[in-house]
Amino acid sequence: MIPIKTIPLEQIIQQALDGKESSLSRLITLVENETPEAAHILKTLYPHRKKAFRIGITGPPGGGKSTLVDRLALLARQQNLKVGIVCVDPTSPFTGGAILGDRIRMNKSAADPNIFIRSMAARGSLGGIARTTEEVAEVLEAAGKDLIFIETVGVGQSELDIFHAVDTVVVVLVPESGTGVQAMKAGLMEIAHLFVVNKADRPGASRIKQEIEDVLSLAPPLEWPPPVLLTQAYRGIGVKEVFDGCLNHKAFLEKNERHDYRLKKIEKKLRDLMLEKIEKEVFQKDKAKENLACFAQKIMEGVLDPYTAAEKWSKQIKKQWKEN
Amino acid sequence: MERKLKILISKIGLDGHDRGAKVIARSLRDAGFEVIYLGIHQTPEMVVNAAVQEDVDVIGLSHLSGAHMTLFPKTLELLKQKGREDILVMGGGIIPEEDKAELLKLGIVKLFGPGTLTQDIISYLKQLEKEKSLT
Repeated sequence: MIPIKTIPLEQIIQQALDGKESSLSRLITLVENETPEAAHILKTLYPHRKKAFRIGITGPPGGGKSTLVDRLALLARQQNLKVGIVCVDPTSPFTGGAILGDRIRMNKSAADPNIFIRSMAARGSLGGIARTTEEVAEVLEAAGKDLIFIETVGVGQSELDIFHAVDTVVVVLVPESGTGVQAMKAGLMEIAHLFVVNKADRPGASRIKQEIEDVLSLAPPLEWPPPVLLTQAYRGIGVKEVFDGCLNHKAFLEKNERHDYRLKKIEKKLRDLMLEKIEKEVFQKDKAKENLACFAQKIMEGVLDPYTAAEKWSKQIKKQWKEN
Repeated sequence: MERKLKILISKIGLDGHDRGAKVIARSLRDAGFEVIYLGIHQTPEMVVNAAVQEDVDVIGLSHLSGAHMTLFPKTLELLKQKGREDILVMGGGIIPEEDKAELLKLGIVKLFGPGTLTQDIISYLKQLEKEKSLT
């Protein structure tokens, strides 16, 4: 077996910044796997980020998200933009395995050396993207990508993490995606900046477009009313309109630069990072395993209820922190 | 550190018989691996490009159409060009015995023929995974 070449991390980072693809993909692996090097990599790359435009593509499985991303990426290339694509597919809750099959729909993009595609398994994360998808996008951004697509796993109604990870959210539906009542429901239908009804050659496409528009008109007028577009991504029909729609939304965001909104996003990110740290602090200690087993045993024996146990435990932790 | 192998499964060339590749991809998924399934009608360039971007540990090529003596060495060569000869390439499908020795000599790490149990492939990869975790 050929051993992996051991190149110093700093050198890999520099090579990735200089555009070396294999180094970029190595860095992504280190970040994706939440290795001890990840924090250093992200810290080093942070100042190198250029403000890349991020487009999120979400919607039910099999709706044509990957195909649409493939075609959108090609349009972006016509404008000479460097493109990064991160596509997430689900991880088996039983085995931890995954089939990452988005790339198979991206053959056209895959042939372009200025398009970098990376697949990720969701690895237990339930919000539609993996826990480190945003960080992977940051790495791509630092490596000079101008436009980054993030494609979620096939989602239902409430996997909404994509909303905070990108600038523009495209929700891809199909003509069979239900009636106006579905469009009224909270969740997925609220986060779209653009609706796309793909596979629009099938019956019902203009009906569902109409119904989404009707539902949107029931609410008070929005600053950015999301357009509803019909596409046949496989044939490339309507894709240009989606791309232009994204650019329009980008222009809208730039004109209405919302500092409070950006600050909120940063706050959320920091909060998520802190939660991770606290989780590690609390649970990745031998004492925690002991505690967990001990309290669980008592709860099962009926000596303690879970609520009291949690209170006791958190008091213990607070005491420890004070002592430190 | 424990690490999961990432494996790319694909078919290169003009051969649409993808049942075997799909069986392998599925069984590797069920064994807990992350599998990039690239499908049929790929070129060595496409496979190597994907392998580099995805930073996979292993490429598995299923081949039944007879062009393995051209396409497998080409894949190895491209990996080398990209500086990723550490990515292991294994193969399966219809490969005559006399070709097998030659391909193994060129650097294909393992060839699985007809009748191979998926469990054998999984065991082989689990062993690799263990070795990689140690390095």
